Amino acid sequence: MSLESRVTDIIIDKLGVKPEQVTMEAQFDTDLGADSIDQYELIMGFEDAFGLRIDEEEATKLTTVGKVVNYLREKDLEQ
Amino acid sequence: MKRLAVVTGAARGIGYSISEKLVRSGWSVAGCDVLEDDLMTASDKLGDSFSPWVLDIADEGAVRETTGRIEKELGPVFGLVNNAGVTRDGLIMRMEKNDWDLVLNVNLTGAFLMCRAFSRGMLRQKEGSIVNISSVVALLGAPGQVNYVSTKAGLLGLTRALSREFAARNIRVNAVAPGFIETEMTRELSEKVREDYANRVPMKRMGQPENIADAVHFLLDDISSYITGVVLPVDGGLTT
Repeated sequence: MSLESRVTDIIIDKLGVKPEQVTMEAQFDTDLGADSIDQYELIMGFEDAFGLRIDEEEATKLTTVGKVVNYLREKDLEQ
Repeated sequence: MKRLAVVTGAARGIGYSISEKLVRSGWSVAGCDVLEDDLMTASDKLGDSFSPWVLDIADEGAVRETTGRIEKELGPVFGLVNNAGVTRDGLIMRMEKNDWDLVLNVNLTGAFLMCRAFSRGMLRQKEGSIVNISSVVALLGAPGQVNYVSTKAGLLGLTRALSREFAARNIRVNAVAPGFIETEMTRELSEKVREDYANRVPMKRMGQPENIADAVHFLLDDISSYITGVVLPVDGGLTT
């Protein structure tokens, strides 16, 4: 499964949004309706799924689906 | 498996009584305190379901380290009781900033640090109950205790704010406001002062630590599963 698909699945599962809403440009807050705790839980979900810790400063920058994918790709976590 | 609760200030007084009640009700308790000897005595009395953790909750690094070890060694934490508190009484004119800082650091900042430490785990398991031990003085005020009263009122703010932050995540946050309770802290007062206290209470007697323990157990347990953000006075009618 590609990195994008894994990230997308986590987002769909956590936020209960439709797959077509989860574009790379989608903003978690405005486009996907995630409040601040939802976003914190998403970060936790990514950490669990990919086995890493994302520090608070990095986490606050991960505001779109694409940014998360790029961040994880840079961490060389694609499997 | 027994559910795990962390109780601060567990070595003596109300904290010990809370720990005892929880252990008897089938919980495991990680009891934190700075009073090492008293904590070990408590541990001897409460048996295997109680584990002692020497911890100064005002020390951010120590809180991070100890709470991490508790979760690692004992598993997920479902209950947190922020009970630890100190007093440094005095009229405001004579109150040193040190006395203000110490009481704030332990009573209020300590509770914040403990809440923060276990929030992540509670969010992950989508279950948790936090009980902050405030005081009737948060509602009534008390002369000679501007530091202590400010922290106890602050705990009510913490309780209400955090209850809203976590309400949709099945994590409840409540406060208990004890009235005049017979503990090591109040036993130091003179007989006359204690009698005066008792006479101000509509029920005409001081409360026992067990009265607080019962209220805390109620708020930790699923029996109160639709209650969050409340302040429950346990005070013989003092604040009515």
